[in-house]
Amino acid sequence: MKKLLILSGKGGTGKTTLAGAFVRLGRVGAFADCDVDAPNLHLLYLDLPTPKTSDYYGMGVPEIDTSICNGCGICEAHCRFHAIEVQKGYAYCDSFACEGCGLCEYVCPQHAIKMKPNVAGRTMLFTSTKENVFGMEGEISNSNSNDAIIIMDNPVERSRVVFSSAELKMGSGTSGKLVSEVKKNLNDSADEKETLAIIDGSPGIGCPVIASITGMDMVLIVAEPSISGISDMQRLVDTAAFFGVRIAICVNKADTNPQRTEDVRIFADSHNIPFLACIPYDENVLVATNSGKSIVDLGGLAADAIKTIFSQVKEYVFMER
Amino acid sequence: MIVAVLSGKGGTGKTLVSVNLASVVEGDSIYVDCDVEEPNGHLYFRTEESDKNVETISRLYPVVDSSKCLLSQNKDACAKCVDFCRFNALARVGERVQVFDQVCHSCGGCYIVCPARAITEEARPIGHVYDYKVGNTRVLSGQMQTKQAFGIPIIAKILEMAKGSTLPTIIDCPPGSACTVMESIKDADFCIVVAEPSVFGAHNMKMVVQLLRLFEKPFAAILNKYVEGAENPSETLCEEENIEVLHRIPFDVQIAHYHSEARIAAEEEDRFKEMFESILKRITRRFGGEM
Repeated sequence: MKKLLILSGKGGTGKTTLAGAFVRLGRVGAFADCDVDAPNLHLLYLDLPTPKTSDYYGMGVPEIDTSICNGCGICEAHCRFHAIEVQKGYAYCDSFACEGCGLCEYVCPQHAIKMKPNVAGRTMLFTSTKENVFGMEGEISNSNSNDAIIIMDNPVERSRVVFSSAELKMGSGTSGKLVSEVKKNLNDSADEKETLAIIDGSPGIGCPVIASITGMDMVLIVAEPSISGISDMQRLVDTAAFFGVRIAICVNKADTNPQRTEDVRIFADSHNIPFLACIPYDENVLVATNSGKSIVDLGGLAADAIKTIFSQVKEYVFMER
Repeated sequence: MIVAVLSGKGGTGKTLVSVNLASVVEGDSIYVDCDVEEPNGHLYFRTEESDKNVETISRLYPVVDSSKCLLSQNKDACAKCVDFCRFNALARVGERVQVFDQVCHSCGGCYIVCPARAITEEARPIGHVYDYKVGNTRVLSGQMQTKQAFGIPIIAKILEMAKGSTLPTIIDCPPGSACTVMESIKDADFCIVVAEPSVFGAHNMKMVVQLLRLFEKPFAAILNKYVEGAENPSETLCEEENIEVLHRIPFDVQIAHYHSEARIAAEEEDRFKEMFESILKRITRRFGGEM
């Protein structure tokens, strides 16, 4: 099973829109939402089955036994996250500042501190034997454009469709670890006959993004034609390239700033990164999203471009390196 | 007074609101860019690099001296550091301990638990903070280096730099509702949630609102890319959740264009200047503070 991850650097460039469209176009039976901080892909499916959920345990938080603690402050002195403070003679932990390293437990001479498991979110695994639950039945709307490509090839004779997702409790850290669990759930539960998995990523370049990149066959970067968008894209390319993963770039809302779209193309060319088709600004995208549909079901200029991009992506992701 | 601008979802207009608000403050103001993974504020507040004060932010990473490590003498000897590290940043590879900087949280535990004193710590840069002035605006921009995982120390540093001041301060937060956002809103007196008219925007806004209520932060919403009469899940959420709407910024090709060219709309056209001034006035009135 090849894995395609969709990233952007800057938020709001259209990652989830593309992920949903690819799932629909390719009748993809294994997909995931790794944006555990602000998951949205599930909103495209109005009729989801009840998921199998599991509590996600973060790093654990210290539990301080005040009947033993003598307020010596050794824990406070060692904590580099300023999460422990001695107040009124006892150590007190700010669980939001705590990163769960467990050093306080180790250094406490009174053995008053025990690290306690801490629920920091939950994973959700949606499984169905029916493809239509994920909007995959029926014809994809054809649009007026002549060069639109309809991609509904080699349907897999699968036993189930799986969608792996998660939600991080607000204010929690360690989102990278939860991202790894989402990926693991997808891997473990996907039908072995699947050839392609689509993974929706998170914005930024830090911990959750790095956790999502490992093990991917390809990263598709959805860029935005603005000075900010280009700066963020360059930082993401730098990050993804470090992990040696294959990269391709497409531009969304390309016609809103043709000059900056050209800048993205020049950047891609100079870094030998495939520059895929450009998606025009299309009001249908918002209409589709707000009615729980994929843009390719509604059709239009953006849908046409996304179809082209999907056929290009498939070529790259299955290509031998 | 400190105003934090956040959104949950990315790309809804945090930076648009932040840079424009900072720009229309009468007199001196501070703009703080806490989106250290994807910092963009400095692209709007431009000045010569030589006019910026730069400070490098470092973190401590463990370095294992293999010659002192007990594993090198006896492969069953000890792996206390590996066992201690809950982040799996140290691993046994044959007769050595290898450190994975990417996942290290710099807690210092391995250094303390090592019985052979084979571990030392080395400071390595993770990013920079820039401090400079453009017109009346002091810009504090935190920028994490690429290939780094944790930006929190950089956020903590720029907020500390902003803290001593009584000037009106606008904090441009990272997206999401995780640890980086929490750190960014810690000192805020008032928070603005910028929302876009999509179910995605509304869903993520809901998560941020929960966070703000948990921390008992006073807040209100700005509805961006607003189209009169069109369906707006974020507006519906505001009605359901009794969230005050400070302003509706209309969907406007011109404002989008200025913004995509990293230009501050309020400095380009009077109508945008007046709009952000009126938003600022409402915040001031709402909060009763000085702006």
